[in-house]
Order: sequence, then C-alpha cells, then structure tokens
Amino acid sequence: MITVDSLTKRYGGFTAVDDVSFTARPGRVTGFLGPNGAGKSTTMRIMVGLTPATSGTAEVSGRRFADLPNPGLEVGVLLDASAQHAGRTGREILTIAQRTMGLPRHRVDEMLDRVSLTPTEAGRRVRNYSLGMRQRLGIATALLGEPEVLILDEPANGLDPAGIRWMRDLLRGYADQGGTVLLSSHLLHEIEVIADDLVVIGQGRIVAQGTKAELLASAGTLVRTRDVPALADALAAAGLTFSHLTDALRVEADPDVVGQVALGAGVALTELRAADGAGLEEMFLELTAETQREGVAA
Amino acid sequence: MTASTVEEAVETTVATRARPAPARIPMSRIVAVELRKSFDTRSGFWLMAGIAILAVVATTATILFAPDDQLDYEAFATAVGFPMAVILPMVAILSVTSEWSQRTGLTSFTLVPHRGRVIRAKALVALVVGVTSMLLAAAIGALGNVVGSAIAGVDTVWNVSAQELGYIILANILGMAVGFMLGVLIRNSPGAIVGYFVYSLVLPTVTTVLAETQEWFADKQPWLDFNYAQGSLFEGSVSGEQWAQLGVTGLVWLVIPLTVGVWMVLRSEVK
Repeated sequence: MITVDSLTKRYGGFTAVDDVSFTARPGRVTGFLGPNGAGKSTTMRIMVGLTPATSGTAEVSGRRFADLPNPGLEVGVLLDASAQHAGRTGREILTIAQRTMGLPRHRVDEMLDRVSLTPTEAGRRVRNYSLGMRQRLGIATALLGEPEVLILDEPANGLDPAGIRWMRDLLRGYADQGGTVLLSSHLLHEIEVIADDLVVIGQGRIVAQGTKAELLASAGTLVRTRDVPALADALAAAGLTFSHLTDALRVEADPDVVGQVALGAGVALTELRAADGAGLEEMFLELTAETQREGVAA
Repeated sequence: MTASTVEEAVETTVATRARPAPARIPMSRIVAVELRKSFDTRSGFWLMAGIAILAVVATTATILFAPDDQLDYEAFATAVGFPMAVILPMVAILSVTSEWSQRTGLTSFTLVPHRGRVIRAKALVALVVGVTSMLLAAAIGALGNVVGSAIAGVDTVWNVSAQELGYIILANILGMAVGFMLGVLIRNSPGAIVGYFVYSLVLPTVTTVLAETQEWFADKQPWLDFNYAQGSLFEGSVSGEQWAQLGVTGLVWLVIPLTVGVWMVLRSEVK
C-alpha cells in the first residue's frame, strides 16, 4: 500500500509536483502515466526519501519511508537502472544489497536466476551491460528482499519485446499474490496492458485517476462517418457531448445511443465502437495536450 | 495469466502475509558494507593495493638510492609516508563522491534511508583504512630499514619514536579528514580531487608567499594556516600552544566546512 497525500515539490518558482494525491493498493498494479517531465520521477524520489518534499506526505505500508527499519525488506525500489557503479560486477551490486538487508547469500543466485542473468553475465562489470541487462539487475535488486511493495520508474526502458513480456508477467504475478506495484511510464500501451489502476499526471498535476475500466468507460464511443458535419449537428441536437478527433468523433455516450442518433439523422456510419484501446490513447493525448511538449496533435 | 503461472508465482515470490517488522539495520552492518564497497571496484582495489605497492617501491628506492650514512628509519618513514599522504585522502574523497558521481547513492540511500548513518560508516571506514595503511607502511619501512642496513653493512638506526610515528599517523588522518570534508562539500569526484590539490598544494604556496611579503600574516600564520599548523606534527614534538593552533585552524579549515558539508548531504536531493 502506497499513500501519497497532497504532495508538492517546488524548485524556486517552478512547481514540479503540484498537490498530488493517490493510493496504490495491494493486489493491484498501479500505472503512473505521464509525458516526459510531468513529475513522475520526482514524485517517486520523494516517496523513497531521496528528494525532500516542499509539503505533503508519502507513506509506504503506513509509514514514512525513512521510518522503515530495513526498507529493502518492505519496498523494492528501482528508480534508474543506470545509476550503478560502472566498475562493479552485477553479482557484486546484488551482494552489496543482500549484505545491507542482512539476507542469506543464496538469495543473490536465486535473484540472478529469477531475472535470467547468467553467471557469466553476472560476473561482468556493469559498464559492459546493455540497458536491458541493467534493468534486469535493477529488478533483481528490488525483488531481493521479497518486499510487499514495488516502486519502479520506467522499468521497461531498454527491454526487448520478450523482456517487456517477461516484466509484465512478473509484475502481474507479483500483484496477483497481493503485492502492491507502482510503475511509471510515458508509454501508454505499456501501462495499458499491465495496469489495473491508472494515475495520469501532466505538468506536476494529476489529470485523471481511477481503475482502467473506469477510465476506459469514460472514454465513450468512437464513431466515423463521411458526413462529419451532419453527424455533429445530430449529436449536438441530441444533447450529447463529443469531441473532434483527426478523422472521427469521440462521443461521451454508449455506442447504441450514438447509433440511434445516427440512424435518426440518416447519417451513414463507417465505424462505430466503444473507444477502448485507442480511446485510452486519445484520452491520454487529450489529457496531456495542454501540457505535452509537442502541443496539440489531435 | 494462466492458473499454472499464478501457482508457480505463489511458490516462488512475494510473501504478503503479516510479517514481523524487520529489525533496524545495525551500524556494524553498514560499516561492513561500506568497507566492502571500498575494495570491490577495480579502481578501489588498486587504490588500496597501491598503498602497499607504493610503500614497497618507496622502501626499495630508499635502499637503492639513499647514501649509506643516511640509511635510518627516518629516511624510510619519510619515503613511505609521501605516497600515503597522496593516496589516503583520495580513498576518503572517493568513498563519498562516488555515491554522487557514480550515482550509487540512489541505491545506498534507499536501502539505508538515513544518510547520516551512511556518512558516519564511511568516516569510520576511512579512519580504519587510514590507520591500518599507516601501520602497514610503517612496518614495510621498518623491514626496509633492517634489510637496507644489512645490505649496506651499517648499524640499523631506529630514530623515530612511537610518539613521533603517532603524530605522523595523526597528520595523515587529518589529511584524510580534509579529503572527506571536500568530498561531502563538493560531492563530485574530479571536483573534490582538484579541490584537495588546491587545498594541500596551492594554498600552502600562497600562504608561504604571503608570509614572506606580509609581516602581519607571518606573525599570525600559525593561528590562521591549517597546513602550517600541521607542520609541528612532522617535527616530532608538539607544544601546548601548537596543539591550540592545530585546534583553532582545524576548527576553521576542517570542522566547520565538514559540518556544512554533512548538513548539505543530509538535505540535498539525490538524483
């Protein structure tokens, strides 16, 4: 369980994290989604005590991170897989963590095996590791103490498709056993396939949060037609809220309602479906449109 | 997610049952881990090995090149002491700065979320490494003295007392403390190393010139110049006034900046 309450971080006049509150629950994977520079990493660093908050609190398992007697046994943390001494071997990095946590030595080999790093690879210095191997090593460090909570910042970065699949299964299994998983990403598809709950952040503020099902439901209906103006008029006349996408309309109503409106107006449709999947992406773009660097794309 | 995968996962990973709260990480464990971290990289290992190697090289050079009538323990101690004075502060600097320059602090300070404890452990490790290295170097020098005088066929002269040796060790520990201070203050490996050489090589040159040209400074130098005040430690006898000078200059040039540095380490953001 992770509880973040009214967290704010200001650097001079710049507010990196602005009144952020959310809860990551046990047994669920919570996706922390936002464009680059939205404040995801800063929020995560505050959670684990690496960055002091300006105001607000973050608690893990009901306690401030600094009050955990042996944090490695309660919270697995991976903030940046590249933040390792390049001159240490992978095995040595795990050994340091194992010693710090006071765990038996065989845990190191178990974890190397768990993340599929071979003994040869584990004996190499980290400067010779690919980003994917560093991510696996970072995951191994996070899992070493069998914690109940995982906090992972962009864990899929640098992994190949098989690695991403492996990571997804690992985190899914972890949550299914009652673990709490918070993972961040700026890639929607990555989060969409694994997360149960979503927290969407843009410019330091939370712009949407809820279960994936809720957020998908609120994404409404996607409808395409050759005669967009006629359909738009009919939808407006029916009192429905909708928005224009590149080549379609997104309507905040169920598909059967939209179908009825189109039938009543005599507008032929080329496509009519619940705006899931792609809908979430449009929601993400829309929610972050004002805050993302590329400006409004859709 | 298939049922078999879930079952397998239940067996192999997370235990979410109520577990007893783990015990607080003991200080002894943090010290042991920090000691290990001083040796477990190639650079760290060779820095440590360099202490012994350079002590042997300096001893051998003294046997080969020192005139027979000057082959006494002081000659060996001086030769062996010089590389120590350079390497030991580097050991202290890197133990602190690598957490920032190599970004290992992200892991170190999340596994032990009290930076003060990690810094204390590092200071303790530096002290242990410093004293051990100095004793090792003194032993290698002593061996050189015995062997060297035997080869030259002269009497073995032991003209460094235990107290003098103690002063030299103290001086080197102060040098490490300066390195440690610059480490926590600058928190960047190249920056702190350059800082150390400015502090220990450039600054004394400046104060020497100042003392030669400014009479008021020459009078006050023992009370103002930390490097100068440490000189008495190498001369084998330290008067009460000289201890006071060491204390006053040490407070200004070491203790106060060290306190500021540690305060910054505790508050700063680890990225």
